[in-house]
Amino acid sequence: MKALAEPKHSNHLVNSTMAHWIEPHPTGIYVRPADAWIDPSTPRERALVTHGHTDHARGGHGHVWATQETLAIMALRYGTASGTAVPYGEEIRMNGVTIRYVPAGHVLGSAQIVLSHAGERVVITGDYKRRPDPTCKAFEPVPCDIFVTEATFGLPVFRHPDTGSEVDRLLTALHANPDRCVLVGAYALGKAQRLICELRGRGHKDPIHIHGALERMCALYEQFGVELGDLRPATGLPAKDMRGRIVVAPPSALNDRWSRRLPDPITAMASGWMRVRQRARQRNIELPLVISDHADWDELTDTIREVAPHETWITHGREEALLHWCMTHQMRARALALVGREDEEEG
Amino acid sequence: MRAFSQLLDGLVYTRSRNGKLNLIASYMRTAPDPDRGWALAALTGNLDLKAVKASAIAEMARARVDPILFEMSRDYVGDLAETVALLWPKPEDQPPEMDDGALTLSAIVERLHATSRASAPATLARMMDHLDASGRFALLKLATGGLRVGISARLAKTGFAQAFGLDVDDVEECWHALAPPYAALFDWAEGRAERPDPAGTPFCRPFMLAHPLEVESVDLTDYAAEWKWDGIRIQIVGTGRETRLYSRAGDDITGSFPEIAEAFTTHAVLDGELLVKGEFQGGEAASFNALQQRLGRKAVTAKMMNDYPAFVRLYDILLHGDEDLRLLPWVERRAALETVVSALDPDRFDISALIEAPDFETLADIRAGARDAAIEGVMLKRRDSPYVGGRKAALWYKWKRDPLTADCVMMYAQRGHGKRSSFYSDYTFGCWTEEGELLPVGKAYSGFTDEELKWLDRFVRTNTVNRFGPVREVEKSLVLEVAFDSIHDSKRHKSGLAMRFPRIARIRRDKPAGEADTVEGLRRLCT
Repeated sequence: MKALAEPKHSNHLVNSTMAHWIEPHPTGIYVRPADAWIDPSTPRERALVTHGHTDHARGGHGHVWATQETLAIMALRYGTASGTAVPYGEEIRMNGVTIRYVPAGHVLGSAQIVLSHAGERVVITGDYKRRPDPTCKAFEPVPCDIFVTEATFGLPVFRHPDTGSEVDRLLTALHANPDRCVLVGAYALGKAQRLICELRGRGHKDPIHIHGALERMCALYEQFGVELGDLRPATGLPAKDMRGRIVVAPPSALNDRWSRRLPDPITAMASGWMRVRQRARQRNIELPLVISDHADWDELTDTIREVAPHETWITHGREEALLHWCMTHQMRARALALVGREDEEEG
Repeated sequence: MRAFSQLLDGLVYTRSRNGKLNLIASYMRTAPDPDRGWALAALTGNLDLKAVKASAIAEMARARVDPILFEMSRDYVGDLAETVALLWPKPEDQPPEMDDGALTLSAIVERLHATSRASAPATLARMMDHLDASGRFALLKLATGGLRVGISARLAKTGFAQAFGLDVDDVEECWHALAPPYAALFDWAEGRAERPDPAGTPFCRPFMLAHPLEVESVDLTDYAAEWKWDGIRIQIVGTGRETRLYSRAGDDITGSFPEIAEAFTTHAVLDGELLVKGEFQGGEAASFNALQQRLGRKAVTAKMMNDYPAFVRLYDILLHGDEDLRLLPWVERRAALETVVSALDPDRFDISALIEAPDFETLADIRAGARDAAIEGVMLKRRDSPYVGGRKAALWYKWKRDPLTADCVMMYAQRGHGKRSSFYSDYTFGCWTEEGELLPVGKAYSGFTDEELKWLDRFVRTNTVNRFGPVREVEKSLVLEVAFDSIHDSKRHKSGLAMRFPRIARIRRDKPAGEADTVEGLRRLCT
């Protein structure tokens, strides 16, 4: 393998010597022979979607190929549309391109899209993580020629601690403050359900109260066999009956008016961004929980080593740092600078 | 170390004063000796370590991680200590992201004490390997000599007092008889020994405070009037051998104003206002703005002392020699004070003059006419009042100058903290420039009633035109009458103006935004 002999400040979008049939555009990745777009940010006739988060799964496409879970999530958001459910591991073919969806470990139904054509294999991760998540299938590394990765937490300051110990901190705070409740901000798709599952796994059997915006997504998870236990609405009970309870809400609702009804809530947030103090303080978070659905720095770099691609393409996030790491480790890499990725609330 | 780093994290994230006190109290009750003593020293700013320079920490980090990744991380995180704490890679044989318990707070303090400037990076690096991210952050903050967890020395002592059911003033009184890690203090707190005897040490006594004047008038045969100066209230504590200066919060600010402490060699405890000399009115006191240049600095340069020369305008005397004058009537203390002041360096100390007025109406006229930059209002002190800590009804009154007001337009709003975190309660407001633009002139988050707050919150939500993170920009249509004590030139603000104590006096729903005041008009109110 050859080191990328690019000076630090040059444009990193060097021309690839490989896989000319894959074209990165600011609005998505175009697979020319299949005439299909991967996670396009504008409506396309044929879209291959990695997972249900809105910065990857937009509405208005002509036809969508995705896992059945992702299709169901998209239907919940945008209404039913024309789609083909692709089971994990099964191969589909599109005009000489073989396509396989492999678990990405990010959220329910999330997949890496593995494309094989002209003797080359390309893996597009969408978003992913390597830690265990009781709500979705674990990431499977697939050796490849081109590895197209995210870099949301692509800086060495991002090292997520053990999930169990973070959940324990939440429970400790809850039990230490019997007169208060804990209000946790968690992204509506994925993080909220994972957090609830992790709490159940740590033996928390009490009802968990959820903000109205989470209800349909939690119900969808349960339909797919993810057990969330006793869930109840966050509103309706008098404040005194909410003492000692956990309330889960989308991050945007944390400091909003509806929470005035809660008994002196301890405001928590479950997100990889909570690793940085100022991030937590800016949002008035009292109990930052570093629980992320994205790979942290070690997971990103370990995964690149593991799948050992000829080239790494970085879609979005802190791509500069990961690019630098690849260069210093004698690996070819380029940043794609896709637009509209990275929802600040999600992490 | 874990208990201490958890305490610091808790203090960073907890907004309420009671919450912070509970955290400190619970730590003080449960942490082992002498860790908790060192922690108390750190929290009260009494942990005197050979400060490690920021550059040494950066150097230590560059030796462990790729320098470019380090710089990128630092750009992203902002704070150096936090960046290094977060990205510190542990050696392969150490458990990741775990405090292995090998280091106690006291062991860390010992090693930092023993290290030299040259060996500091290596010593720190070895300790970093045993800690988790919180522990590393706490270690780096200890080593660089500034915890910055948003608590005063007084709050830390209050938390300590609360832990053992003590009166914080009793703790304060003996504080300066003690040295870290305060074994004698904990022995007393836990009933193993008598209270440490503070005799012969310069310690801070409780300040006597005033109530706002709410009655129509007072009889000047009972009350003496003097100016209320707009500086920092301080207590000068001299033992004859040593002098210390304390702020009202109980913080030792001697280091920020060494020229005052050096000039005071008397054995006495005095109460006064710390001011900076201005160029106006024949070398009289300058505005609070000038004083701010000197606040919060640990080391003071000769230039600072020269550009902003400090002096103290004395109000009262608490002790003269070993004699406690606090129970004497004010007139007698005043006489004793006059004697003491006459022997002090007139460049550094003067006495706050009494206002001679035959009756209350005349006094009101004098007060109304005062526009000196450093005058905040008038103090009324009962002539027979003893000097008692805290606010005691009807002994002392403060009668602040009537506030200035301006009609401003609300521009931005932000959520408050604590109980107000769901309300848009912090408002940035502006006035018109000659070009017809609105320029922010201040920020206020008080002055309104709960009902008005609800109304303002609704106004912000329904009139938002833009969002910048936590900040909302609103339709420039609402006029707020803003009251403030004074207004000064300021280089820090685009408008060139800084208001002192701005608050919302009234919501002027009746007034069109175009008729709000101009920046030029505000500038004319400057003192």
